[in-house]
Amino acid sequence: MLSYFGKRLLLGLVTIWFIASATFFGMHAVPGDPLAGDKAMTPQIRANLEAKYGLDQPLGTQYLIYLGNIARGDFGISYTQENRRVNDIIREHFPISATLGILAIVFAGLGGVLWGALTALYRNRWPDVVIMLAVILGISVPSFVVAAISQWSLVGLNLAAGTTILPIGGWGSVWHMLVPALVLGLSTMAYLTRLMRSSMLEVVGTDYIRTAKAKGLPPTQIFSRHQLRNAILPVITVLGPAIAGITTGGFVVEIVFAIPGLGRYFVQAIQQLDYTVIMGTTVFYGAFLVFMVILVDLFYGLIDPRVRVDQ
Amino acid sequence: MLWITLTKRMSPNRQLAQFFLLAFAGVALLMLTLHYAGSALSGTTSDVSAVDEDANSISIIIREEPPQLNSSRATDSISGMVLGHVMEGLVRMGLDDRLEGAVAERWEVTPTQATFWLRENAKWSDGQPVTAADFIFAWQTALKPETGSQYAFLLFTIQNAEAINQGALPASELGVTAPDPYTLVINLARPVPFFDKTLVFPTFLPIREDFYNATNGRFGADADQLLYNGPFQISQWVHGSSMTFERNPYFWNQAEIHLDTIHVPYITSDATASLNFFKDDKIAITGLQAENLIEAMRMGWQIHQHRDGTVFYLEFNHRQGRPTDNLNLRRALQLALDMDEMVYKVTKLPGYEPGVSLFPGWLMGEERLLRQEYPPQKITPDASLAKQHLKQALQELGLSEPPSLVLLAGDNPISNVQSEWVQQTLKTKLGISVKIDKQIFKQRLAKMTSGDFDLVLAGWGPDYNDPLTFGDLFASWNKNNRGQYNSPELDALIDIAQSRLQPAARMRAFGDIQQHLIDQAVVLPMYERGVTYVVDPRVRQLKRRVIGPDPDLSRAYIDVSGE
Amino acid sequence: MSSAKLSPADFQPLVSNGIVQQISRPSLSYWADAWLRLRKNPRAMASLGLIAFLLAFVSLGPALWRIDPSAQDLDQIGIAPGADRTVTLAAPFEPWNPQQQPATLSDNSLGFTLALPASTQAVRLAWAATGATRHRLYRNVFDPETTGSLGLPLVERDQPWFEDRLDLQSGTYYYTLVPLTADGVETSGAVTLAVDVIRVISIAQARERGLITADENVQLGQRLKLAWHPLGTDYLGRDMLARLMYGGQVSLFIGIFAPLAFVLLGVIYGSVSGFLGGAADQAMMRFADFVVALPFLLFMILFKVIFGIGPGESGIWPMLVAMIILLWPAPARLVRGQILQIREEGYVSASRLLGGTTAYVVGRHMLPNTMGVILVTITFQVPSAIFTEAFLSFIGMGVAPPTPSWGAMCNEGIKSMLTRPHELMFPALLISITVLAFNLLGDGLRDALDARMRGVE
Repeated sequence: MLSYFGKRLLLGLVTIWFIASATFFGMHAVPGDPLAGDKAMTPQIRANLEAKYGLDQPLGTQYLIYLGNIARGDFGISYTQENRRVNDIIREHFPISATLGILAIVFAGLGGVLWGALTALYRNRWPDVVIMLAVILGISVPSFVVAAISQWSLVGLNLAAGTTILPIGGWGSVWHMLVPALVLGLSTMAYLTRLMRSSMLEVVGTDYIRTAKAKGLPPTQIFSRHQLRNAILPVITVLGPAIAGITTGGFVVEIVFAIPGLGRYFVQAIQQLDYTVIMGTTVFYGAFLVFMVILVDLFYGLIDPRVRVDQ
Repeated sequence: MLWITLTKRMSPNRQLAQFFLLAFAGVALLMLTLHYAGSALSGTTSDVSAVDEDANSISIIIREEPPQLNSSRATDSISGMVLGHVMEGLVRMGLDDRLEGAVAERWEVTPTQATFWLRENAKWSDGQPVTAADFIFAWQTALKPETGSQYAFLLFTIQNAEAINQGALPASELGVTAPDPYTLVINLARPVPFFDKTLVFPTFLPIREDFYNATNGRFGADADQLLYNGPFQISQWVHGSSMTFERNPYFWNQAEIHLDTIHVPYITSDATASLNFFKDDKIAITGLQAENLIEAMRMGWQIHQHRDGTVFYLEFNHRQGRPTDNLNLRRALQLALDMDEMVYKVTKLPGYEPGVSLFPGWLMGEERLLRQEYPPQKITPDASLAKQHLKQALQELGLSEPPSLVLLAGDNPISNVQSEWVQQTLKTKLGISVKIDKQIFKQRLAKMTSGDFDLVLAGWGPDYNDPLTFGDLFASWNKNNRGQYNSPELDALIDIAQSRLQPAARMRAFGDIQQHLIDQAVVLPMYERGVTYVVDPRVRQLKRRVIGPDPDLSRAYIDVSGE
Repeated sequence: MSSAKLSPADFQPLVSNGIVQQISRPSLSYWADAWLRLRKNPRAMASLGLIAFLLAFVSLGPALWRIDPSAQDLDQIGIAPGADRTVTLAAPFEPWNPQQQPATLSDNSLGFTLALPASTQAVRLAWAATGATRHRLYRNVFDPETTGSLGLPLVERDQPWFEDRLDLQSGTYYYTLVPLTADGVETSGAVTLAVDVIRVISIAQARERGLITADENVQLGQRLKLAWHPLGTDYLGRDMLARLMYGGQVSLFIGIFAPLAFVLLGVIYGSVSGFLGGAADQAMMRFADFVVALPFLLFMILFKVIFGIGPGESGIWPMLVAMIILLWPAPARLVRGQILQIREEGYVSASRLLGGTTAYVVGRHMLPNTMGVILVTITFQVPSAIFTEAFLSFIGMGVAPPTPSWGAMCNEGIKSMLTRPHELMFPALLISITVLAFNLLGDGLRDALDARMRGVE
């Protein structure tokens, strides 16, 4: 098993190299000048700036230098935030995105299981209908519309109350996280609810439930011991990929709620053609995803004996 | 799964209820952990209200983070705004928009020299006095080629500055001397009648050498990497999240400063979010978009407008071989595009002024406004006359069909709307098909520089308070003349405006430049930009400016009387 | 048991009628069976109907509703559906010169007067030249008495008159004139004037817009109806219905063709890889792993910038290509897995034993048996492709103007959500319906095509 994960890790490193190369050559294929500013520049100043960022070297040399720096964990200096290292930007802003993402996943996971179980329990009665309608909304409305409307509703709530019940944006306390995390987790929650519901209903038709019924177990015990416990398994399986998706998917929420996360930085960097920040963020996220996947696989191997990792 | 075994004898409903409770408790615990972990890891938004009378503080919002606060390298308006609050130059713009002494008590400008006498009580935030040497060091730093300052050209009025910037002379050769610590003598490269007005720009702010060297190249990157001599100092700067300015106890003019703290709790470019923060009483000032005007009126807010001094125009590519090199084609466009319609029906914001001239209305002439002394000829839109010019242009160009033109535009919503309007108007009025080329900022600049366009939506903000900041834009030698307009006649006029000392002759030259630009349809002014904004009614003396920090809260105070 | 009477006839052999065995139900192919199941699923059928409607809306719609989606009706900007369309014919706009047409001033303290009848062309106001030399003029759509705000500051003026032309709509405006001190401070004595503005159009403009024919005899003051916009207009006075149709073409094109294309690429890649097996399979799948590892949204944005959008281009193709480049590995993996599995099935071995060629085996057994999975994948990818387009529009990286798309329209609509909700509601509703329909159809297809469920009632 150890050697299996050693191999996975090695492959992960190769994958990161692939991501880094794709980003580097992609970035340099972009037409446009990262150094350009509002005012025209003299050739001397240009030459100095190019030397500062190593742009005066041939592309191949730049690539090698870049790979060497990444290997040392150094992503360079930002073009727009002229005195800030990209490492600092990631270190300061990634934890914010990650916190938001983790909270969103927790909301989505717990909410999905709860609502899913409820709908299955009250199949075709009003709680089922109401929750499934909410799920439909959660799945089918674009996230930026949901985010904008929820912020607007918060403003209305605070205005009506005459005081700040919940902050409408910014970052700091748990109260700042609550609504953005809910919005971020909403579509995943809706997806998990659907999954949980169908999984619950599927379990009802299985032989072991029939057996349990036949041997006269009370319905409550069937529900908790057999139905719920088995229905949760597929939900847990999809949580892994969702974690990776949601931590990078916070762009919209970060923009609307003025949260200083890494996603918002990336969007700004793209608009400014900030080479180093774009490359640093992409490689960092890529590496993060690669290792998350490995970790999740490892985790499955530990909790579910049916998954044999050494294959 | 512990809870399931615990609750196996309950009904499913009770179990779910219990699950819900447990989940809730779990989430609460997690959030509590995140709360402490989060605040330890990263910056927090202090939950301050828009106006706090007890703390004597005001909160504002900024669009984006200042790239850095090294005054010798700062180029953008947000850095300018922050620096305007925490630093002070030789002179500054007063509340009445007139130049007044700041670190300099008095000054004198002659055709060859400018002399500034510094006040002896001006101090840095560590208590040391601000001296003439600090200005000399700052200017030399800005000019050194290795600094790579984009605004170094503003200093070229000083003797040897240009040669230093090109690396031909060492920085010590700069024509500035300090006969004593509180006197600064500047030798001018050429007579510059408006020299004192240019000093408002951040590039001229002082930097103290020992502190600069101690920061190891990180000068201005963080709150503690900067030494302050202005009314406020930055007490906290959480990148991408928030800033706090606190009153600088060493500032010489304490009597004029009223606020103790200015908070910048949010950094976002999202206009809707900004409006929501204002509505939620979290910030004391926010801009309004045309879409929000009715909402602002419904809320009963005090709406203000301010013209920010920037002129936006449709620039032509004058390079040979481009259809826009043809005068009749340009004139056809000039007559077809009704800028009144665009401002009144498309941008729809009060404060926007339909463009009539490259020189905005606020520029001063000899005694009155330049606009009053030399009123620009107003072009009345005339579709049929435009068609005649187009016909003539087609003949001259040897074309049978109107050419299709490429309109280069930025990727912000306002340029989207405007380029769509230009496209549709030219299509319906002249049958010219316009291809919109929407590009992100840097790519647009690259295409402008390489001349890869026919038309481009562009704007120009003033660098100093003299018509020349607009007047030399289309000089053949100006690198910002992206369409490469080249006319010896215009160059001659600009030369007069640059070098003559008599204001009357200069202003006449500006009048002639203005007429030339209209006659030759060199550029089509679209509008002078206005800013519509709302301010918390308790905030007084909040100053909006054309030149200098905008908005300027350095002299603001809180008025609780409600009057 | 009673005794049976047997006759010799009972021992005659049966006459062969050729029918050896009879199947009571007609033979059903996989697809016919799936179709039958799908038809029994009301939700799937409803969603199929919705999708058919949406496709008809965007493809046939423009042929029926022949309005140019980029035509700007500047007389009707941002109007809601069903708004009043009446317009009065008036003389063309002429700049006002109060020196030549002096107004009779009212007798309020500032002499603040509506100088000429107010119309959407201009509201002309005049006041007394005596008193304060400088005045500030405000305009409000609500009565300042009730809201406590004077509204928009229109102008600060030395001359005692003003011509307001800013975005005038028909309705009542409240103009307030405030005298200023020499240094620009507001003083008391403000006067408010309620002005009713009527919508007007000049005869030339009416002809230009096709409201009257060129030789029609009309008089000033006559009332006409402006062009009809059943779903209102957007911020540039463009017809919402037409824009929704053309925008739907973009959104649905991306939504349907991107999944089709990348799933097809994935199917080819996956089946080749699965079929080759061995080292080639390993290498090909390793490469797919690399591509999967690229963070999707980040690379989507990156590719959009790298490909760029040329002048006059809509930017649909770069988006499509970026999606194809990034998303093919998932279906490739899926198909490869299926192929590997099917390769070991008994009927494939049987087919081979009976002399089936590789092409026959692939065409007859492998592809049809993976088709179900592929179809379901495509259906479920449609909503995410549509959301991706909307997301890119939100961060300003979507299609280029003037091309409409539902995502871009939503993004524009959010800004005016409070005052003109219809600009957000319609495109958001269409996105929701599309996403929902494809999700339900996907569910239905999955159930219908699921081989395990075949024959299980």
